[in-house]
Amino acid sequence: MFLQTQRMSKPRHIYQGRLDKGMAHIVSAFDQDFAALNDMLARLGGMAEAQLSNVMGAIEARKLDALDAIISGDKELDKIELDINEQALRLIALRAPMAQDLRRVLVSLKVAAALERIGDYAKNIAKRSKVIIPDTNYDVPMASILTMARLAQTMLNQVMDAYVAMDSDLAIDVWEQDIAIDQIHTALFQSLLELMATSGDRATIISHLLFTAKNIERVGDHVTNIAEQIYFVNHGKFPEDDRPKADTASALGLDG
Amino acid sequence: MLSPVTKIQAENVNVFYGTNQALYDVSVDIPQNQVTAFIGPSGCGKSTFLRCFNRMNDAIEGCHMNGRIAIDSEDIYSSAIDVVELRARIGMVFQKPNPFPKSIYDNVAYGPRIHGLTQNKSDLDALVETSLRRAGLWNEVKDRLLAIGSGLSGGQQQRLCIARAIAVNPDILLMDEPCSALDPIATAIIEELIDELRQRYTIIMVTHSMQQAARISQKTAYFHMGKLIEFGETGDVFTNPKNEQTEAYISGKIG
Repeated sequence: MFLQTQRMSKPRHIYQGRLDKGMAHIVSAFDQDFAALNDMLARLGGMAEAQLSNVMGAIEARKLDALDAIISGDKELDKIELDINEQALRLIALRAPMAQDLRRVLVSLKVAAALERIGDYAKNIAKRSKVIIPDTNYDVPMASILTMARLAQTMLNQVMDAYVAMDSDLAIDVWEQDIAIDQIHTALFQSLLELMATSGDRATIISHLLFTAKNIERVGDHVTNIAEQIYFVNHGKFPEDDRPKADTASALGLDG
Repeated sequence: MLSPVTKIQAENVNVFYGTNQALYDVSVDIPQNQVTAFIGPSGCGKSTFLRCFNRMNDAIEGCHMNGRIAIDSEDIYSSAIDVVELRARIGMVFQKPNPFPKSIYDNVAYGPRIHGLTQNKSDLDALVETSLRRAGLWNEVKDRLLAIGSGLSGGQQQRLCIARAIAVNPDILLMDEPCSALDPIATAIIEELIDELRQRYTIIMVTHSMQQAARISQKTAYFHMGKLIEFGETGDVFTNPKNEQTEAYISGKIG
């Protein structure tokens, strides 16, 4: 079942990072501004996760009635992203943040953009679901798509926990999980291509499934991007090792 | 990229006011033709360190130092050094503009006259003009050179003090919070001027404004309780300082 997972930890009202153990700004309004920014990010993360969870739940339960609410609900995510941009702009203008504070504000903008994109993918899947759900032919590898979506949703949940706690170790754990999504995506892509070759009359539904799978794979990429940003806030540089990748779907079919 | 030439080299400098130690074992290489900013909380020793470079601490009773400070590889505390000549090589600008109660012209001509830098009136006129031009003040005062210096605005007075400092042709400029008494526009004009002046001079500036240090310096040194905590490229110090004390200070945090 696609139930929205609970936040493992509540948003903390004084943000924590490498140097922030027990450290507060002398000007306490600075900490309040950061707390407000953090709360908005946590909220946007929760909403993106809910959108993804709801659309995959609708596909799994084969119910069309929730889709319109998901599609129109995307506007709310767009609005929160704009609020985050405004809050970050104010924080830069009024507080002139330095060092880790500065990295944190810049990263909040990138994380907000990534979450907004994840929301867009959920909305896009919801639109495609209007074609996918009524399809009564059970020959498509739906289980793999649902497994992949579950992984992406778990990763998103964990990366937002890592963000709120500014926990680089947890972020790197999430970062390394993306390989599983890539592997499923590659296998899924292969089987959908084969299906298309054998049942040409089902090209429409298969195309929608290809894009749905791709959308979920992109969610994983955005989550790993957020993980890298968390690492950057704490360390002032990006993780050095190349992330293990296993998505070879882009090259499939080239060698026949 | 070639590493810049070291203009001032400090090695293991300790400074005491009586029995009270103000600086502990400070070693740093100040690069030529760059702006180096000294930052840190009040009482951290940054102004004391600045005053070591022109031996202004000599005038403070009970103040003594050990360690070595060399300018162009020459030990400025050796007995062979003429302190008056040393101070002519090092201009200083203070927090509050302090023009002499004289005309604009005489403020700038004062140093060249006592150091005997010019032979005649026309040489002196030319030197006054060059100094005022370099200080970005010429166009504003050329028609009233005989007016009293303290009649200028605060920002103009500070530029007059810079013109006075560079009139004796120094190669180092020390600035102790040069903009803290100025409005943002006058500050911006001085900051722009400092950036131009570094083509000719090595500049060391004490500032309490993080933004100012970030805007105009190439190197930043963070002092805390008499110790040099961190010294590095300004761009690195303000985005990714190596030391946690520096991070806390520039971010305005306490633990």
